Formats: sequence, structure tokens, C-alpha cells
Amino acid sequence: MATASIISNHGTVTLPEPLPLDGGQRLDGVEIAYEAYGTLNPARDNAIFVAHATTGDQHVASPHPITGKPGWWDRMVGPGKPIDTTRFYVLSANVLGGCMGSTGPGSLAADGKPYAMRFPVITIRDMVRAHVALLKELGIERLHAIVGGSMGGMQALSLAANWPDMADRVFAIASTATMAAQNIAFQEVGRQAIMADPDWQEGNYYGTGKAPDAGLSVARMAAHITYLSEESLTGKFGRRLQDRDAKSFGFDADFQVESYLRHQGLSFTGRFDANSYLYITRAMSYFDLEEEQGGRLAEAFARTHAKFCVISFDTDWLYPTPQSRKLVHALNAAGAPVSFVELAAPFGHDSFLLDVPALDRVVKGFLEQ
Amino acid sequence: MSLRPDLALIASHVQPGTRVLDVGCGDGMLLAALRDERAVDARGMEIDAEKVEQCVSRGLSVIQGDANTDLAFYPDDSFDYAILSQTLQTTQRPDQMLDELLRVGRQAFVSFPNFAHWRVRLYLLVKGRMPVTRNLPQTWYDTPNIHHLTIADFRDLLDVRGVKVKRCWFLSRGKLISPMNANWRAHNAVFQVTR
Repeated sequence: MATASIISNHGTVTLPEPLPLDGGQRLDGVEIAYEAYGTLNPARDNAIFVAHATTGDQHVASPHPITGKPGWWDRMVGPGKPIDTTRFYVLSANVLGGCMGSTGPGSLAADGKPYAMRFPVITIRDMVRAHVALLKELGIERLHAIVGGSMGGMQALSLAANWPDMADRVFAIASTATMAAQNIAFQEVGRQAIMADPDWQEGNYYGTGKAPDAGLSVARMAAHITYLSEESLTGKFGRRLQDRDAKSFGFDADFQVESYLRHQGLSFTGRFDANSYLYITRAMSYFDLEEEQGGRLAEAFARTHAKFCVISFDTDWLYPTPQSRKLVHALNAAGAPVSFVELAAPFGHDSFLLDVPALDRVVKGFLEQ
Repeated sequence: MSLRPDLALIASHVQPGTRVLDVGCGDGMLLAALRDERAVDARGMEIDAEKVEQCVSRGLSVIQGDANTDLAFYPDDSFDYAILSQTLQTTQRPDQMLDELLRVGRQAFVSFPNFAHWRVRLYLLVKGRMPVTRNLPQTWYDTPNIHHLTIADFRDLLDVRGVKVKRCWFLSRGKLISPMNANWRAHNAVFQVTR
């Protein structure tokens, strides 16, 4: 169904200052691509920043320019939706290291060639630092809220910890304050798949007519499984066969679930840069707010007056509820006003993107209070 | 919507502008009233996810948690008042719960159904079965009330723990009654206690 675009503003901002990075380097001429919906009010205090997840982008509620599919949070953001664009100025930006218009490994370095693996390793805090600089350029000094799921939640928490006066409300969905070993492990599988592909060429595949599509595809397939639940996979596919009546006794995609994953992997290569995948997952695996605060997570939230809302899902085994609880206990210890609930939803980690009416109610209630 | 009588009593004795934790806050009626009418920094804990969701959609700061274990994550003196309404008898260790309430809160409000009301006594005496009354409607096998207590029992516990009573109120069918023979006549008791 075609609907009128709700984009009110979009573009790419070149940050005027070099961006200092946690790794010690400074990055010149950083560009951040953003998209916005709704209207910034005269008091400039109705802005909500939506931080995207690993492979998301700034096209939150507008069709993806490559795939043409609806924005990844189209069901949540729009007029009359839980994040109501008739009330809020909703802004999102492609993260540093990304491949949808913001500076990343595929961007050109000063010598006119793509950075590729010369791009510095970045952190979640670096991404947030770039977003804060973007907001400054757009004349937004304070956010009504920052909202994010998964890696977006990490950005929200990092903002609260490092720029404590920037957001009045911080909403972290299906996220964590510390990337756990299991998550680091899965991401390493993905990176190794990319780097084992001969077409990766040590990262210098740009302009060669070849790209590590096979590796990136396997990385996506492995990651995609972690976003689902056994229940959702069984419900969706069971052991059903794909377009055949009997097993082939070969290595074709006999099962629907195999065919589905292959499709997910392949279609991902059409819209995502393999090196960006390496850098963004690296940033996630480095994320540890507790370590950043010398081992006391509560310290991370001692300076902010923001209200927090933390949501987990009962079938999410990638960012399971105990990780959210640990965050909530740290927020309690810091005396921060915090809401937390584990919602029941069958879709695993992906629940934050899918039809979970209870999430809609909580998002709306938290943002509009 | 009017508050349940014991909650209305508690609400009217919370000083405006204070910090309150309602343990087992349900759908957040008391917290919302405290926030809206007394400018209280109102926080809650509730075990039931759907009720937490209702609270959060009301804009309240409520966390899903088990009062038996999760109060431990609040520092000492986090709140001016900790409130435990109609919940003490459901906790695993009411004595430890009382300690925890008065650790995280400088004062506590505790309300509970009085198991020594004359109807309850008569029920047990005459029928020889665990009482099922309007005030205590569940049967013994499905009741959440695993530690029934009486007003006299609660006073004994306060004595043992060295907890002081600041105020107390007794209710019969939702109406305040005199403290005279309250342990026979009150369906519910509300205590404001302090270290």
C-alpha cells in the first residue's frame, strides 16, 4: 500500500570538528546521514532520537532506498503511532561506521580511496559522540527521549552515561549494559565468515567487481538465527520441505528454514557493506558500560536525571532478561527513576521490531508522560 | 476512581514532595494518586508483568520484580517511605520483609488483613476449616496468603524487631473503627512504623 512519505527533513551533515575516537584517533570530515519526521516545536524540546540496531539505518519509517521495504520501525513511528510524529520530532541517523550515508569503511579517505580496513575501530560511544555532534549541528541541545532496541539500546545507555544532560528519557529495549560472551562469540563467527571469503581481499574489495557476499551471507544467516526463538522457527517452518515432496539426499535447501535463511543471507548482501558489518559488530563487542565506569555500573547513571525504561522479552535468548535486570538494579542503586518489565512475545530478540501490542502501550505511556 | 480505603489512608499521611516506594504496587493506583496529588517521587515494584505494563503506560516508574529478593538492590535510605499494602502475609519471610522495608525506607506503611477478626475466628471454631470470608476469599490451597497474621501478631513482631509504631488505623468494611478490641473487630489494619 502506497502512503505519502512522512519525512519532514533529511540529509547529510558534515561534522565541523574532527571526531575524537575512543581508540585514540581523530576522524576528519565525518558525515552523518539522518532522517526526521514531524516538526521541531519552537521550544525545541520535543525531539526523540531513535537509535538503530546493528544492521538498521536512518530509514525508520520511510521505505528503504535499496529494498523498497517499509522502514524498520514503521509500525512504531508515525502519525498516531506509539512514537507519534504529530507530537514529537523524531530523528534517526545512520551510525558512524555504517553504510547508508554516514562515514564508514566504504567512505573515501583523504587519499581519495575507500578507507576499507584503514578505517579506525570504533565504539558505541564513538557512534553516540557523532550523533551528539549531529544534534548540535541541527540545533537540538536536549532530547525529549532517546529510544533504541538492541544496539540502539546500547547507544541510549551510552548517551545517558556520557552525556547525562542530553536526554530526559532513556528507553532501552532488548539490550544490555555489557555485551556478554555469548553475543561476542556469535559476532566473531560472523566476522570470521566474512574474512574467510577470498573475495573479501583483506577488505580491499571496493571497485574490484567482487565482494565477500558468500561470507556476509553466512554471517547474516548465523546472526538471523540468534534474533529468533526456537518457538518462532518451529512455528514458522517446522520440518517442512521447500517446494518438494521428499528429501533430496543432497545439500540443496531441502527444508523451508534453510531456504529462508539463504534468502535472508543473500538479500542482506544487496543492502549492507561487509566491512561495515565488521566494524559495527566490533563496536558492539567492545561495549561494556561497567568497565567504562571502573567496574561499578551504577556509577554510569549517577550524574543523569533522566527517566529510564528497560524492556526485555521472555523469548529473547540473545539479550536475555537477566541482563536487563542487572541494568535495572544498577539504575536502582543509582536512584534513577526506572521502569522495567519483561514482556511476553514469541519472536525472540526480534520482538522489539514486531507486533507486540504491550510494547506499543509501554512506549507510548513512557514517552508521553 | 477512588482508592481502596487502606490506600487512601496511607496516601493522606504521606508528606508531599517525598520519595516513596510502593512494594507490590499492583496497577499503580496509589502511586498515581501520590504523584498527582502530593507531588511525590513515586516508584513501584510489582511481580505481575501485565500490571507493570499498566503502570508504565500511566507514566509511573515501576519495575517488575519479586519483593522477596529484589528489594536488596536498593541502597539504604533510598526512600522516605516504603509501602507494603495487603502483601505482608504473602511474603516468604515477613520478618525479613519488615527489615528490608525499614532499610530502604526511613518509614514504612504496612497494611494487612487481620486473621483474628471475629468472623474468621468463628468460622474456624464452628466449621473447623480454614476460613473463607469476603475479606479472605481464597481457599487454603490456592491462597497467596502463606503467612496469615493478626494485629496482635504484628505488634509482637514489631516488639521483637524494635520497630516503633508512629500511627495505626483499623478498618472494618472499609470504615475506620476505634482501636478498642481492634483485634476482634478489624478486617484490616494499617501501621505506620519507623526504625
